[in-house]
Order: sequence, then structure tokens, then C-alpha cells
Amino acid sequence: MSKIVAITGAGAMSECMRQINPDVVPAFPITPSTQVIEDFSQFVADGKVDTEMITVESEHSAMSACIGAAAAGGRVMTATSSAGMALMWEMLHIAASMRQPVVMSLINRALSAPINIHADHSDSMGARDAGWIQLYAENNQEAYDNLIMAPKIAEHMDVRLPIMVCMDGFIISHCVQTMQLEDDNKVKEFIGEFESTYPVLDTQHPATWGALDLQDYYMEHKRAQHMAMKNAKDVIEKVSTEFANIFGRKYELFESYRLDDAERVIIAINSVCGEIKEVIDERREAGDKVGLLKIRSFRPFPYEEIAQALEGVKIVTVLDRSESMGAYGPLFVEIRAALFDEPEKPMVYNRIFGLGGRELFMSDIHDIFEENKTYLETGKVEKRFDYLKVRGG
Amino acid sequence: MPSLQEMAKKEGAFAGGHRMCAGCPVPIMTKMLTRVTNGYEIVAGNATCCLEVASSIFPYSAWKIPWIHTAFENVGASMSGVETMYRALKKRGKISKPYKFIAIGGDGGTYDIGLQSLSGAMERGHDLVYICYDNGAYMNTGVQRSSATPMGATTTTTPAGEQSYGRQGNRKDLTRIMVAHNIRYVAQASIHDPVDLSEKLKKAIELDGPAFINLLSPCIPGWKIAPNMAVELARLGVETKYWPLYEVIDGEYQINYTPKTEMPVTEWMALQGRFKHLLKPAYSDVVDAFQQEVDRNWNRLVKQEELSVVLAGYAN
Repeated sequence: MSKIVAITGAGAMSECMRQINPDVVPAFPITPSTQVIEDFSQFVADGKVDTEMITVESEHSAMSACIGAAAAGGRVMTATSSAGMALMWEMLHIAASMRQPVVMSLINRALSAPINIHADHSDSMGARDAGWIQLYAENNQEAYDNLIMAPKIAEHMDVRLPIMVCMDGFIISHCVQTMQLEDDNKVKEFIGEFESTYPVLDTQHPATWGALDLQDYYMEHKRAQHMAMKNAKDVIEKVSTEFANIFGRKYELFESYRLDDAERVIIAINSVCGEIKEVIDERREAGDKVGLLKIRSFRPFPYEEIAQALEGVKIVTVLDRSESMGAYGPLFVEIRAALFDEPEKPMVYNRIFGLGGRELFMSDIHDIFEENKTYLETGKVEKRFDYLKVRGG
Repeated sequence: MPSLQEMAKKEGAFAGGHRMCAGCPVPIMTKMLTRVTNGYEIVAGNATCCLEVASSIFPYSAWKIPWIHTAFENVGASMSGVETMYRALKKRGKISKPYKFIAIGGDGGTYDIGLQSLSGAMERGHDLVYICYDNGAYMNTGVQRSSATPMGATTTTTPAGEQSYGRQGNRKDLTRIMVAHNIRYVAQASIHDPVDLSEKLKKAIELDGPAFINLLSPCIPGWKIAPNMAVELARLGVETKYWPLYEVIDGEYQINYTPKTEMPVTEWMALQGRFKHLLKPAYSDVVDAFQQEVDRNWNRLVKQEELSVVLAGYAN
């Protein structure tokens, strides 16, 4: 039965995994994703699922085992963070290129060095070219809902790509929020049975997986992957509509918050969007035409849709919670690319914030709206790229 | 166990037309492997290695059984995934036949970069036979040293030169490391003895749980030998006690072959271009050290076998 529960973000992920009851879960502990795996291990121990777990000796082996298990012909899930995903790096690409619909909860955490356990997006943004679908979430409910939809998107025959469902470490993973936990059977029914393609365990039709692929074929396979990722955009929308019809919560590729008549807009990802919405509500009360565009699907990236949603907007502040040293933030780059062909482009600039878990308060978000107001009035972006709240800046 | 003649008549699930070097023993082993697996559905996994690249050039494949390769350092882990999915689907009634799983890697992918993944797979107890074909260097990438490279061998990253006699120090003894995993079956085998090898493959496959076989596999370009010399060099490797044939079953050591006559290891080394420089008198100390290491390993093995007999007596 569907019910309201008070639960951490990580707890929501493990509950969802319990409901999905995947065939195999290879996993290795790393802060702050550990609770996902610990809870799930208890579900296995208590017989609440009949999943086979593989408690591997590293994240590299976790993703390797995920690929082997998925290719064998069943549903596979795992969870990780930060350095854990960095160690998976090679295998992330291989999972995607071998078209295995592995589902992973990624609890976003900063990469070392300096070692830091708190939220930023350097892990998932660094993996943006790995060929995984990336969905992001503002809160527990969204992360949970994304994870329910994840297998259905990844396993769709037009897609067959791995998917990572991301949320901010600690801010979401460790904070208790209330959310709607859906009925077990309804979740199972929504996801349905896993459909395998050329499974390794089919000895009657032996397949060769992971062949050497040279100049004469490699590029066609890469292009096929790209097409699958493009297909994923439609599939995400389709699955999100099905989800809304059953569970009542509707998600788009991105969320437009008070965007219709907005002149000044922030574009951001994950938990900071909750605060931004609060600030927007306050400012709207005072008649300030501000809005938020919150990214849900970063891969595939909805360029045309975002350009359309920003029509009439005069200035955009793109907040990146990771950076690409010597370049603009990864989200900023995509947004500028999305807007380049528009006849009337808004002013766009980039702010890096929240690295290693540094807080961004509501007052800081007010400051952003004050700054972009000045930029708009003067018609000049004083600083295209800058850091928020950093010493020596 | 069928006779060799009978076995040779079986087709095997590894087709010709692959691109392994002429004279390489690895395809012989692979074909033999697919002939001794009666009664089971067999799934094979490969680390990136010579066998992998030469058997699977898209759109062709030499494999007539299901086969998976993902990367260099992880066949232990990727096959853990395959084997676990088998158990998951069996438990859920989606599969009923008995399956067996085999992982194959070279010494680079097994002794070195894949050691952690192998160790994890063995420790967790997957029903997996891991076969390492030890040719003593990274042959696939052009003969770079691995931790399995014997002392003094010239490789492209330990070249012999004015100031170097080649690979410094002793090689790693991976077979002993695998014994320390307390798995049910560990063995060393050689390509020159097909009866011994096929029996070992069969034993490893038939028992439940992890098993490890380390196979001496002379390499034509890496050892700088003629294509018709691989089997002979495997034989001499065993005769000189460089590569003892032995098994460790449930912790008990058994030497499978004791050479009839004492033969210095130089008899084996002299036929290989990779040791040619060592035959100069200036390097006699290196050759002596090599021989001492061979003797030390053999003597330890004999003691371990004796100890196993004593311990078995206590157990009884």
C-alpha cells in the first residue's frame, strides 16, 4: 500500500531496490552511498528480497560484475559515490558500450584531493561522456521516483543503456524527508519482467560478447550508442508519462519553475533547487520576475527543449556544482550550446558553487538574483565566470 | 576419462581460423578445455590477452560456446557476475541445466593487473575455474615484463644491456598465493602433457567452487623460439623443475611428476633467445641465482607434499 514515510535519501534508494528485487546486486561500500548497500544487505538477510548479492573487493570489480551479470541475462543494480565511481571509470564506458542496462544509484560526492566526503557533482559530471543516462533529483521523492523509472528507461529496447540516478550526498542521502513510498506490487508491476538480449547464459545460441572491434566497425558501434542515447530522450518522457498516470507525479526532462514570464533565471541541478524555489517564491511575492530551470536529464541533454523554455528570458545564471579546470562549468557549456542558434539569446554567465559540500544559503541565492538584476540593467556581464563564496576570490 | 585419441576426435568449441601465432600452445589448451566439459553447459570469460584479441576480431569469433570479455584486469569479477546471475536465475526457476564457468587470462592479466579481481572471485567462492596461461610477460602488447617474467629474461621493458642483465630478481609465485586462498583446487600444468592437463581441467570443472590452474605456456615471439619448439620447451620447463607439475586439493599437496634425471635449468634457458645474453660467463652469478631459486622452490614443494602426508595421517 502506498504510504507517506519519513526516510533518508539513501534509505529511499534501498527501499526502491527492495521493491524492484533485482536478480543480482554487486556492491562495495563508500560514503555517502553506504546506507543503500547496508539496508539492502539486511533485506537479503531477512529474506525480503531473493536477490543474489556479490560483496566485491572494489568498485572496479562491482561494475565488472554488474556487466557480467547483466550480460548473463538479468536485472542488475548497484550504488556508489565519488572515488568509487572514479575507480569504475573504465567499466562505466564498457557497461554503456556493451549496452547493458545496469541501474546505479549515484550519491554525488566530491572527488579527492583534498579528500572530502560531501556533495558536489565532480563524480557524475566527470562521467558525462561515459555513455550513461544521467537523471538528477532535488529531493528524496524525486530520487526514489527516478529509481523506479530507471530500469524501465534503461531496459527499453530502443535504449539498452545503463542509467545513473543521482542525488546530493548527505544533503539528500542522509537527511530525513517525508515522501510517498509506493505500493510494492504497483512498483513491480510498473517495472515488469526483465527482457534479455543475447544472454551469455543462452548456450543454445552462443554469443561472443566484447569482441575486438577495429577501424572497420568501431565507429558504427559508437554511432549506434549515440542513437540509443538520443532515443532515451523520448523514452524518458514516455516512461515519465506512464509513471504519472499510475503514481500521480509528473516529471519532465527538466523542471520549469515559475518560468513562463520570468526575465531572470537560474539553471541548476539537484538539492540546491529546493532553496532556489523558496527564494523565487519570496521574490515573486515582491513582483520580481525570476524563475528556475532545474535539470533532470543531463544525459541525454535536451538542447532544443531548453532553448524553447528559455524564450523571452533576458538573463541566465548557470550554477555548476563541479568544474572543468581551465574551462567553464559543464552545465554552462551545455546551456550556451543550447542557446547559440536562437535568434534572441539571453545573457548567460556561470557561477561555481558548493564544491566539497559548501553551503549555499537562501541569502546567497538572493545575492545571485541581485547580481543578475544589475547585469541586466547595465547590459553587461561583469564576470562571465566566478566562484560563489570562496576565500581569496 | 576418454583416451587422447578419442578426445582428439571430438570437435571442441574453439574453431580454427583464429589469429594466434603459429605454434602457440594456448589454442591447443583452449580446444582441449572445450573437449573435457561433458555434461555441463559451459560459459567462458576472457581477460584482455592474446587469446582474447586473436579469437574475437569482429565480426568473427572462434568461440562456439558463450564467451564474454570486458577488460584486462577483471575477468575474475566479470565472471563472478555471470556465475552469480546463473545462481540467481536458477533460484528463480528460470534456468535448470547444470552450468560451469571458466575464466582465462594471461600472466599479465592474472599475476599483475587482475590479481585483486582474481583474489576476490576465489575468496568469495564462485563456482569458477580460472586458467592462467603463463607465458612470462605481456606478450600481447609486445613482450613487456610482468611479475611472472623469470629472472634475467630480456623483455622490451627489462632489456638486457651494458648495465642490465634483463629482468631483475625473482618472479612471483602466484600458484602459492592461490593456495593461500584455501580454495578446493589449485594446480600447475603444462601444455606438453595433455593427459595431465586434461585431467586437471576436468577435476577443476567438476568440483563445486573456485579452482585455479596455472599453465606454463611458451611464447614463440616472447621467448624468441621457433614455432615448432613450444611443446618441447614446456617439457623442458618441467624436466628442469622450473615448472613443477603439482596439485593442491583441499590443501593437500601432490607432486604429479618427478623428473627422472637431474637436469640444470640452463638446458631450458639455452634454447630461448630471451636468455641468450645470460650464457656469457659474466652472468654466471645470475644463472646460479636462477638455479638456486628453482631448487629452493622444488625443495619447498617436496616438503609441502611430505607435510601433507603427515597431516593427512593425523586427520585419519
